[in-house]
Amino acid sequence: MRQLAAIAAFAVAVALLPAVTSSGVVLNMAIMTLYAALLGQAWNLLAGFGGQFSFGHAVFFGTGAYAAAVLQARFGWNAWAALPAALALGAAVGGFIGTLSFRYGLRGSYFALVTLAFAEVFRILANNVQFTGAGVGLMIRLEPGAARFQFADKAGYLYVILAFVVLGLLISWWLKHSRYGAWLQAVRDSEDSAAALGVNVFAVKLQAIMLSGALTAAAGVFYVQYFQYIDPSLAYGPAVSVEALLGPIIGGLGTVWGPILGATVLHLLGEATRGLVPSLPGINLIAYGVLLVLMIMYLPRGIIGLVKCSRP
Amino acid sequence: MLHIINFAHGAALMMALYGVFFLHQKAGIDPYLSLPLMVPAMFAAGYVLYRFVVAKASHGKDENILLVTLGIAIVLENVALTLWKSDTRTIETGYTFTTVAIGSAMIALPKLVAFAGAALVAGLLLAMIHGTDLGRAIRACARERQGARLVGIDVEHVFAMSFGIGLACLGAAACFLLPAYYVNPQVGNGFVLIAFTIVVLGGMGSFSGALLGGLLIGVVESIGGLILGESLGQMGIFLIFIAVLLFRPQGLFGARA
Repeated sequence: MRQLAAIAAFAVAVALLPAVTSSGVVLNMAIMTLYAALLGQAWNLLAGFGGQFSFGHAVFFGTGAYAAAVLQARFGWNAWAALPAALALGAAVGGFIGTLSFRYGLRGSYFALVTLAFAEVFRILANNVQFTGAGVGLMIRLEPGAARFQFADKAGYLYVILAFVVLGLLISWWLKHSRYGAWLQAVRDSEDSAAALGVNVFAVKLQAIMLSGALTAAAGVFYVQYFQYIDPSLAYGPAVSVEALLGPIIGGLGTVWGPILGATVLHLLGEATRGLVPSLPGINLIAYGVLLVLMIMYLPRGIIGLVKCSRP
Repeated sequence: MLHIINFAHGAALMMALYGVFFLHQKAGIDPYLSLPLMVPAMFAAGYVLYRFVVAKASHGKDENILLVTLGIAIVLENVALTLWKSDTRTIETGYTFTTVAIGSAMIALPKLVAFAGAALVAGLLLAMIHGTDLGRAIRACARERQGARLVGIDVEHVFAMSFGIGLACLGAAACFLLPAYYVNPQVGNGFVLIAFTIVVLGGMGSFSGALLGGLLIGVVESIGGLILGESLGQMGIFLIFIAVLLFRPQGLFGARA
């Protein structure tokens, strides 16, 4: 219950942000942090709770983004109608990859490599099929209006991404407190023991990757609505896959608040390093890489792990 | 061989290519003559990197090695980007455009040298793995880490040695590659997955498998490019990679474990 109260408090605090400031820079930073947090939450569902490390979450992100963009630009769908379709497609791609790789017992690094390869296959496909606008990418027409999932001011986008992140928080909370979540974490800790106790390992993992795929697709849909443009390397390039895994690892794997904490730390760090050394554009990425190595070396349980250790 | 999957392999190759490039530009050393410099330098870098970063961070889990080497790759790539910008650079040597006729085929001399160099390195590696104490120790660690430690093998040292040898091969590859190729901060990315594919295809830890796998991938890439067009043809490599991992994880030529 305390967790649920904390989630509610978080939602209210972020929702009040536009009332406090109308600065576009601050709101944009909040939106991008929440967006990174959403990607992290989706990745965390599968890796943090289920122990399946994906290196190709861009495959779900890009599928969601392209589903939204193609349905709107080619078929004239309303963006809100495209959202559930995109989520369903994200889950379907998750189901496809999950069925193949879990059926044949891929674990650990091999699973990571297969997801990476799938993302590359999708990127090359999107680059070559006319349907997705090929290498040029797809543009969505600018028609502001809440009914079309486009907002004249940043506050609207903030509320939408906040809603997704709160959904992600609730799913993580549910995983911590439900029978399914217990199964999933049992599979993470030891597949063989879980199977011996009668857990259907394959089904549990498959459901986790589908859930994670749908949530990642939501981030993709949001990206398309916010930037109104998508191309193959934005959608399926490795940058998204890396962004999805940085937050949870730095914040704390398999925790409810880890992805948000990690995303916030990363964005603050990125702003700080860029502010300190404005002449070097790649400096924030160097800082991310160094932080990733240091975290795994010294704090494998993330920042949250640090807090939990100091409080017995 | 030791089930270390190194994501920074491409980034390390990129760094080595820059090393060869600057040796040529600043010191005027011919790429082939920089071999005795690059190979030990890359070996030392690999040994130190494994000993003090990768091994410390892995906590005995494969996934962590993947993540740490990913972090290293991000750092290296962006350091290269900040220091040397994203320009694609090439070097010109007296023999860049020399061709040799073999039968009816005309082959660029640098490519022929690269082929011979790769064969030589592969031969040396094979001899090392099967003929030396270090090679025997590596094979022992690959098969049974705990057992190797019990009979007195310094497992961490052996892992660091093989990591170093891996990077030393990249140093050699960079020397052979640069006269016929180019370098930019992203150049390694294209090689990483292809290298993984070849290794997985040939069977992890099998040298002759890796050679045959390399040949097969080269053929698939050319045929795929011919039938499906240059960019769609690349998909063939990844599809093969996925299929092999799913259906024959021990590789095409590996024995079933």
